[in-house]
Amino acid sequence: MITVKEWKERLESESCYDLISELFDRIERSKLNAFITLNKDEALRLAEEFDRGKLKGKLAGIPVAVKDNISTKGLRTTCASKMLHDYVPPFDAHVVERLRQEGAIIIGKTNMDEFAMGTTTETSFFGVVRNPFDLERVAGGSSGGSGACLGGEESVLALGSDTGGSIRCPASFCGVVGLKPTYGLVSRYGLIPYANSLEQIGPMACCVEDCALLLEVIAGRDWRDSTNAGREFEFRPVDRKFRVGVIREMGGNDDVMGKFEEVVNDIVRPNFEVVEVSMPSFMFALPAYYIIAMSEASSNLARYDGVRYGYALEKLDTWTRYFSKVRAEGFGEEVKRRIMLGTYALSAGYYGKYYLKALKARTLVKRDFERALKDCDVLIAPTMPALPFRIGELADPLTMYKMDVNTVPINLAGVPALSIPIGFVKGLPVGMQIIGRFFEENTIFSFALKIEEALRDEVQRKGVA
Amino acid sequence: MGYATSMEPDVIIGLEVHVQLNKLKTKLFCSCPLDYHEDEPNTHVCPVCLGLPGAMPVVNKEAVKAAIKVALALHAEVQPFTVFDRKNYFYPDLPKGFQISQYDRPLALGGYVTIETEEGEKKITLKRIHMEEDPGKLTYKGSITTAKYCLIDYNRSGVPLLEIVTEPVMHSPKEARLFLNKLRIILEYLDVFDGSLEGAMRVDANVSIRGGGRVEIKNISSFKGVERALSYEIARQKNLLRMGRKVERETRHFDEVNNITVSLRSKEEEQDYRYFPEPDLVPIYTAELLEEVKGTLPEMPEEKRERLKAQYGIGDNFAKVLVLDKVMADYFEEVAKHVDPKLAASWVVDVLRGELNYRGKDFRFAYEMLKPEEFAKLLRYFREERITEKGVVEVIRIKLDHGGDVDEIIRSRGLFAIPKEEIERLCREAIEKNPKAVADYKGGKKKALDFLVGYVMKATRGRANPAETAQILKKMLEE
Repeated sequence: MITVKEWKERLESESCYDLISELFDRIERSKLNAFITLNKDEALRLAEEFDRGKLKGKLAGIPVAVKDNISTKGLRTTCASKMLHDYVPPFDAHVVERLRQEGAIIIGKTNMDEFAMGTTTETSFFGVVRNPFDLERVAGGSSGGSGACLGGEESVLALGSDTGGSIRCPASFCGVVGLKPTYGLVSRYGLIPYANSLEQIGPMACCVEDCALLLEVIAGRDWRDSTNAGREFEFRPVDRKFRVGVIREMGGNDDVMGKFEEVVNDIVRPNFEVVEVSMPSFMFALPAYYIIAMSEASSNLARYDGVRYGYALEKLDTWTRYFSKVRAEGFGEEVKRRIMLGTYALSAGYYGKYYLKALKARTLVKRDFERALKDCDVLIAPTMPALPFRIGELADPLTMYKMDVNTVPINLAGVPALSIPIGFVKGLPVGMQIIGRFFEENTIFSFALKIEEALRDEVQRKGVA
Repeated sequence: MGYATSMEPDVIIGLEVHVQLNKLKTKLFCSCPLDYHEDEPNTHVCPVCLGLPGAMPVVNKEAVKAAIKVALALHAEVQPFTVFDRKNYFYPDLPKGFQISQYDRPLALGGYVTIETEEGEKKITLKRIHMEEDPGKLTYKGSITTAKYCLIDYNRSGVPLLEIVTEPVMHSPKEARLFLNKLRIILEYLDVFDGSLEGAMRVDANVSIRGGGRVEIKNISSFKGVERALSYEIARQKNLLRMGRKVERETRHFDEVNNITVSLRSKEEEQDYRYFPEPDLVPIYTAELLEEVKGTLPEMPEEKRERLKAQYGIGDNFAKVLVLDKVMADYFEEVAKHVDPKLAASWVVDVLRGELNYRGKDFRFAYEMLKPEEFAKLLRYFREERITEKGVVEVIRIKLDHGGDVDEIIRSRGLFAIPKEEIERLCREAIEKNPKAVADYKGGKKKALDFLVGYVMKATRGRANPAETAQILKKMLEE
């Protein structure tokens, strides 16, 4: 994996143009299928500019991959859906503007679950993304391409979006670092919405420091997103004996728990104060999450009718027949399932039974986190309850939904959470998520940096590659 | 036409009025300008009002302030906080597949509008006032049923709308019309609304007759249409009831060409809009905006009526009419600065208003063609008897139709009245030069006087006042 520091070292001896060219060679030969669209011409042009000393900024000359649900002006943005397979946005997302301002080189748009609906990137219209550590396994989802391209050394930084774990899951499965920022820290302007009240765009990188650096660039005030908090972010590591809460209810299978407990006992306990915390609302989180997410999705995806942009039919028909056919042909199975369930949950007579109840559950979850975080600086838990799945292993949708059990409560509460790699089991990466208070990403990163350093020693001591 | 005009307690009418806040500069959730009426279709659009994926709405604070202004003027209770919701349905004029509207947390509750009916003043009470965005506009080539396709103009998409919902308290189509008229006057006073623009006010009317189901007539785009649709609908429902049939609860469409209502959908087919809070917007706390707006609320018709009476000493009959149009009232006040207000009131209300109406114009046109100072000058000439009443009317007509300078028109048309001494001189001349006529008159032939009057009229080329001239002649002959 390539860190920003390593990339900068390479830039001292090689031209940016050559490095970016090599990167594209590698991507084009790759079996990962991490990218949907490459931005080769512009990337090489920017690399040349960098070589001539014309490209300035915090991320000058550094390759960044952008998830394909984040609007890029003039560059196809598909949401991995047939519905938008030819959609070219006329404007940049706020985060993309920020990347450009800081001299980043956007190398391409990464593969994902269709409209970010999935945990494995298997619902993509453009095919599944493969895990860089085992090509027969998934890279996680929905930001599977962003996770895989980092794990597979096809980019240095990447942007993902996280509605119910979509950054943390692929970070965990691909052995990289990924943050779901506090709701409102990063502008969503230009993010094609799946579930607006839950999601955030977030940074993904190969180490904690890089992840924090990318957050510094993308976080900040944007009046175009009314839910934006107007806060900037600057990473200033703090060193203290953090009080760490281990969430009792968030578990996993033996593979995952074995590794997680090992890290808790060997690294966390000796260096920090550790307490066990309980979240009684945990059992409500998964159903509440899916009801809210699907309800919002059913409305967000209503605009795709084949009239103004996106998938369209040659033959005109009556309005109802036309848009019905467009949607029947343009959306994949999982998207249709979620639209139908969301429509049902919002229907007269069911609204109170499902949507309103889900909102109440959401309040309980939020309260549980607030209470736990009053006592603790950070909370920890395994990011995913299992190791990366074999492609096609999770055929049943409900089984797949259950894999989000540890990640979705964070989105319901709106608090930030970072997934960092804590080692390997059976040759596959395991991730741990670190949850912090609202807008206290700095604490999370500081703590994560300590774990990362300690694990580096641990890995060396044990002689594991 | 044979409208049902008298109040019928069994007829129950409630209105939902959609009002464009079309005097604002920009749309409700983006900064596209609202002055699109003269422009090509789809030129006042952006990612937000086209509903492009990833674009996000931002509430136009000025629109909320305008809405609060309306709520205050209608005596409604502005809620401490208010929420935007999504109203979900599929239609090609709706670029997002939902309309951002308000549901269970509207901007304001209650309120009323006072109308003057034949039975006296009546308060039309309001249920609620909420904000929403206008959809785009569909144009069918030919008729809606035969057109091969329709064209969509999104210039209108996102125009700030207010939905004003009345309680079911009106009992005749005429009351409904009076309510709408009064509402329009109030909105124009607030300077948030221009009723002359196409589609500025659209009405859904609910009507039922005791014992029958409630029928909703959707999207009527003119005041006349509302009155006609309701009259037709009341007659239809009465007929059904007379025949012992039931009036089913349903939604109907008003066919403006044939002046009838036709069924759109029954109660079972009613849409389920699946309202839920718009997650891209945050609740609006109104306290601060409310304070800001309170200071800017202009004088409303009722207050103005009282002030005009007190300040200018004009009668209620004039004041009542003047306040029907804020521009007319302003015009009057400017004229009244330069000339006797009572004279001004009667000329503005009785003459100028009529001449404008006749031409299908309003007082904005008067401001252009016959400025208040010019009109005041004209009335001063009249007061000084330098021009006759007929002359004043003639100048008004020429000014409205062709423009020009008041003095120049009077001169060139020879409209200056002849001074009294000149008339007297001509009368003496008429008597001297027509001894026969004088003798005839004195001999009892009263008609001979007309001959003498004719002489003076001829000499003045018709500018003398015939009645006045006759008076003078009579007096001279009888001395």
